[in-house]
Amino acid sequence: MQTIKSWFSSSSGGFRKRKHDNVQPRNRKEERESNINPSSPVLLSFKSFQKELDAKHDKYERLVKLSRDITIESKRIIFLLHRVTSISDIEELLNESEGKFGDVRLKIQQISQELIGEDTCQFHRAFSPGLQEYVEAISFQHFIRTRSLISLEEINRHLVFAPKKGEAENSEVLALSNSQDGKQKQLFCLQVTPTDYLLGVADLTGELMRMCITSIGNGDIETPFEVSQFLRAIYDGFTYIGNTGPYEVSKKLYTLKQSLGKVEDACYTLTVRGSEIPKHMLADVLSSKTSMSEHEEGI
Amino acid sequence: MCATSGRKGPREGLVACGPPPSPLWRRSCLCGPLDKHARLFFPLPPRLIRVMVVMMSVTDLFSVIQGSLTADQDVREEIRKVVQGLEQTAREILTLLQTVHQTSGLKDIPSKCQKAREHFNAVKVHLEELKTKFPPDQYYRFNEHWRFVLQRLIFLAAFVVYLESETLVTREAVAGVLGIEVHRDKGFHLDIEDYLSGLLILANELSRLALNSVTAGDYSRPLRISSFINELDSGFRLLNLKNDSLRKRYDGLKYDVKKIEEVVYDLSIRGLGKGDGPTEGKVAEK
Repeated sequence: MQTIKSWFSSSSGGFRKRKHDNVQPRNRKEERESNINPSSPVLLSFKSFQKELDAKHDKYERLVKLSRDITIESKRIIFLLHRVTSISDIEELLNESEGKFGDVRLKIQQISQELIGEDTCQFHRAFSPGLQEYVEAISFQHFIRTRSLISLEEINRHLVFAPKKGEAENSEVLALSNSQDGKQKQLFCLQVTPTDYLLGVADLTGELMRMCITSIGNGDIETPFEVSQFLRAIYDGFTYIGNTGPYEVSKKLYTLKQSLGKVEDACYTLTVRGSEIPKHMLADVLSSKTSMSEHEEGI
Repeated sequence: MCATSGRKGPREGLVACGPPPSPLWRRSCLCGPLDKHARLFFPLPPRLIRVMVVMMSVTDLFSVIQGSLTADQDVREEIRKVVQGLEQTAREILTLLQTVHQTSGLKDIPSKCQKAREHFNAVKVHLEELKTKFPPDQYYRFNEHWRFVLQRLIFLAAFVVYLESETLVTREAVAGVLGIEVHRDKGFHLDIEDYLSGLLILANELSRLALNSVTAGDYSRPLRISSFINELDSGFRLLNLKNDSLRKRYDGLKYDVKKIEEVVYDLSIRGLGKGDGPTEGKVAEK
């Protein structure tokens, strides 16, 4: 007991002493710093590092901002496209979405301009959420139009920005970053990576599930079956890839399975009870069935 | 059978493709209001075929993606093999340089550095091999595989240079020792954040060396280390760091600085720091 006490008192005494010590080194340190020559080679090189790092971080921030804009715009397009189930004039809606896609691509073009002469992978994390959302929107539109899955090549084909489209900017950029003539072809394209594509497609399935349920509510009993076919195909595709894909993909697989379950449930109910239930009550029946698993879903 | 005869063709087509009996098929066999709707919304038999074509194309698309993922994994596998060799060499150099913390090693610094520099030739060979394993414009795609070991190697190179000349190694010099480029557009390069991380590891190692050199009876070294670290510290304070791993490591620098300050202080109050000591004088006054 006593030893413990003495240990405590000595340690607290040591602590107090240490605290006192600290005052002096700090004073000394300040003096020492004034001794450091501000134009020493070390400090000069760190000044250049500062510039380099700041430029890099600024670029990163700009890309993040662009990515956020793309995300928001793409989400709006998706909401717009969800209206196809309730109106008859699908073509007009698709055309409207096409116009909005033009705006989004303009933003993506800005990203590709930011990345001129850079390693795309270095900043990939900054803009990949936006690209995924874009993949989701464009594949959703493609599904509504053709009932098929858009391919990675086709998405990327839209993202090659022809020099004639931005001739003015193009020459300006070239003037800025002269000696890049050889790369002119590459300058204006931003390629979606297979991973971004996969993640975007996984998100698409959630939208399709929503579309399936709303279309039933509108008395459309053909779309649910098409969607379930399509979702099953996508699910098969994802299981084919399995865990060779990146980590995020396997995470999405779980949500995908839930969406598929809901759609299959809906189709089952339609098939079994469709003939018994009056059309205007279909939605109620299905929604009571799907609401059980609804709360697990987080879109 | 309530399905129209027009449906028959495509349905046979479906079976020929070998899909499982779909609800679509069963649905058309049901009687009642559903079928009327089906006719209303689903007037075109070719669409059924299209759904099947879609299923095939989805599979195709996914196998293309799978192919690229597999190729990616192969590249990563190759890189990992080379990086393993690199790590082995880095460990050897580290063990060699660790001996300066012992009293005997401290007296024999030049020959240790000489040996370490020989090992760096092996590093150059490894890095040369690493360069061939992936396309040069995808440095940052696979970056994380060698990031750790590269930071270690930068530290080791900086340590060797410090022991030899007691100066801070420049970025160009590190790149020279490792046989890589400084700037990105010329090939496999030295990322600035990796370089800075390497320097922070060096600071940590030097704070240890300051202690051990006192134990070994070398009382002047801590003073030199102290001014070196102080310069490094004020250099780092010029940087605006983001909240990332580099920043986290930088936050440790102040403890290294403090540790060395305490060693210097201990020496000063005992009058052990030889010679040049405006600091020593100050402390003595107080």
